[in-house]
Amino acid sequence: MTITTEQVAVTATTLLRFATAGSVDDGKSTLVGRLLHDSKSVLADQLEAVEHASRSRGQEAPDLALLTDGLRAEREQGITIDVAYRYFATPRRRFILADTPGHVQYTRNMVTGASTAELAVVLVDARNGVVEQTRRHAAVAALLRVPHVVLAVNKMDLVDYAEPVFAAIAEEFTTYASELGVPEITAIPISALTGDNVVEPSANMDWYGGPTVLEHLETVPVSHDLTACHARFPVQYVIRPQTAEHPDYRGYAGQIAAGAFRVGEQITVLPSGRTSTITGIDALGESVDIAWAPQSVTLRLADDIDISRGDLIAPSGDAPTTSQDVEATVCHVADQPLTVGQRVLLKHTTRTVKAIVKEIPSRLTLDDLSQHPEPGQLVANDIGRVKVRTAEPLALDAYADSRRTGSFLLIDPADGTTLAAGMAGEAFATAQAVDTADGADDGADDEGWDF
Amino acid sequence: MTTVAHVHEETDSPFALSHLDSLESEAVHIFREVAGEFERPVILFSGGKDSIVMLHLALKAFAPAPVPFTLLHVDTGHNFPEVIEYRDRTVEQHGLRLHVASVQEYIDAGKLRERPDGTRNPLQTVPLTEAIQQHRFDAVFGGGRRDEEKARAKERVFSLRDEFSQWDPRRQRPELWQLYNGRHAPGEHVRVFPLSNWTELDVWQYIQREKIELPQIYFAHEREVFARGGMWLTAGQWGGPKDTETVEKRLIRYRTVGDMSCTGAVDSDATTLDAVIAEIAASRLTERGATRADDKLSEAAMEDRKREGYF
Repeated sequence: MTITTEQVAVTATTLLRFATAGSVDDGKSTLVGRLLHDSKSVLADQLEAVEHASRSRGQEAPDLALLTDGLRAEREQGITIDVAYRYFATPRRRFILADTPGHVQYTRNMVTGASTAELAVVLVDARNGVVEQTRRHAAVAALLRVPHVVLAVNKMDLVDYAEPVFAAIAEEFTTYASELGVPEITAIPISALTGDNVVEPSANMDWYGGPTVLEHLETVPVSHDLTACHARFPVQYVIRPQTAEHPDYRGYAGQIAAGAFRVGEQITVLPSGRTSTITGIDALGESVDIAWAPQSVTLRLADDIDISRGDLIAPSGDAPTTSQDVEATVCHVADQPLTVGQRVLLKHTTRTVKAIVKEIPSRLTLDDLSQHPEPGQLVANDIGRVKVRTAEPLALDAYADSRRTGSFLLIDPADGTTLAAGMAGEAFATAQAVDTADGADDGADDEGWDF
Repeated sequence: MTTVAHVHEETDSPFALSHLDSLESEAVHIFREVAGEFERPVILFSGGKDSIVMLHLALKAFAPAPVPFTLLHVDTGHNFPEVIEYRDRTVEQHGLRLHVASVQEYIDAGKLRERPDGTRNPLQTVPLTEAIQQHRFDAVFGGGRRDEEKARAKERVFSLRDEFSQWDPRRQRPELWQLYNGRHAPGEHVRVFPLSNWTELDVWQYIQREKIELPQIYFAHEREVFARGGMWLTAGQWGGPKDTETVEKRLIRYRTVGDMSCTGAVDSDATTLDAVIAEIAASRLTERGATRADDKLSEAAMEDRKREGYF
């Protein structure tokens, strides 16, 4: 397939956000480099800069990792410090790639990258198969409810492009990830170095009949059936011009977090519970009678009721319950720990409230999905269950139902540090049936055990 | 009343948004978050295409109410007259308030010294950071895009700056979902980049879709230029050309707008938006690689300036 730039400009339509996961040795940089390069997203001056920098380091071939390592310290140390975002396009689609580093700080970085991803690419070295790191990546993708997961079995050139090698790895991974509740898994045998099945179909693996990585990225559906979603609208800002031209305009501005809203629909405002009817939807200058996630719109209502930033508008027949007690899985992203009894701020959609950490019932080990009860605190990169009591009621959905209204941040009120990323409700899609491989340790109790 | 806005027919789902609609929706969300959470936000407005798109998005985000932000321009004193004219006309048209921080005034007052190479881009940092402190701005919108430069690829949408406006790339807050954390201590501020996820092509396609007016220097025109450092610089009172440099009239346009001393023009016959978009889509050079002298100073030039408080 050849990609002409004119096609990119004219026909690229939808946007896919995806994340890559894999340690450096798995060939992630090479895969990212190849996707960028073969989609013409590496331009002459960037390549020249990489070649120049590679030469000055005494390297013979251009080091494509220099394309993605943007910071001085990263180049000096040859490591990737933080998530970076890359952009490329093909005739069919535009892509935002969250390039997440694979070194020790993996969890918070991958959680960050996966939080907005609709697809995650998990890389495996064909020679090593499914290893601890692979299971960790699958678990994070499952926790974050990334809708599509691609297993890229890399370095097929080093195992003689042997189908049985690929088939065994694909089966082991698919079984494991399915048990975690990953809804869709696509396994692709590739060689990022030689380009097999990355952009071009491989001549070395005629036994493989599936899509290349790029083809899959181009065709995977980006939005699901919104009619099945609970409609949610967090109010961001109240627009009241109070001008001669618009003396009575009162609109509630926000981005639809999930589902769709229609003119004429009866709605309930939370946490107050007041009801009204949608009389108008202004979609950035256009008056429409239906709007859906993730459109930024302004809703107008029939009644002048008290609504402000932080309130949630939902259809009256499908409003979430409110509660001051939040049970969730959190990934701890800060260097300072999170402890029982700690006073924090909880940011949920557009609402920030005071909260207190009542309990940390367990900490999860991603490697084997075992849980450690009552760890007392969570430190950087830990994932654990928490119970939080909030000062005001929140209209929180389960993260399983809505990534947008089921997620929250815990923030240190003293210095504003983002402490933890929270996902309300059950951790994984299936509450049991997860084989902990080595047998459950710590006497994990299956009753209500959802790690 | 239309039922459905900008649905693309090629996708399976009737609820899929086009990539421009997705980016627009995200940027509007960012503007409204800042309006809801900060006391004194300001938009950096240079009259360049990215800041023009930012202002357009802000106008849409709060319509039919006015934009609840003021504008700030860091004027290097070496700006293109067409751009200054555009800037002032736009401010007037929308009834906005513009603050100007002047590099020339800092030089005249002896607080900044002209650089030997004549470029004033790095000199913008001090007037910018002092203006932020003086006006106590707590959120500063910039038009920076992550596709521009590899240090910018690491930038957050909400980027905390300390009381010296410094960026510490190793101490950035992880940014998850669309939950932006704008908490800051007094004296600190947050730089906000609503166009983070846009590419140069997205910006141009959006300008075309929304029929946004731009300064004419973005389109091909004849201009007296001279070659320096592999780029066409415009001749003018700012200090070019030198004795050894010869001026010639060429058909050129600008891909970026900045200080005249370091913003290069590209040879182009693109006089329409369609032609500009075709030209960018076919270009083998990045926007900054083609037109910015100051980024070529070292491998980490942008990172170093950003650390000091540059936008």
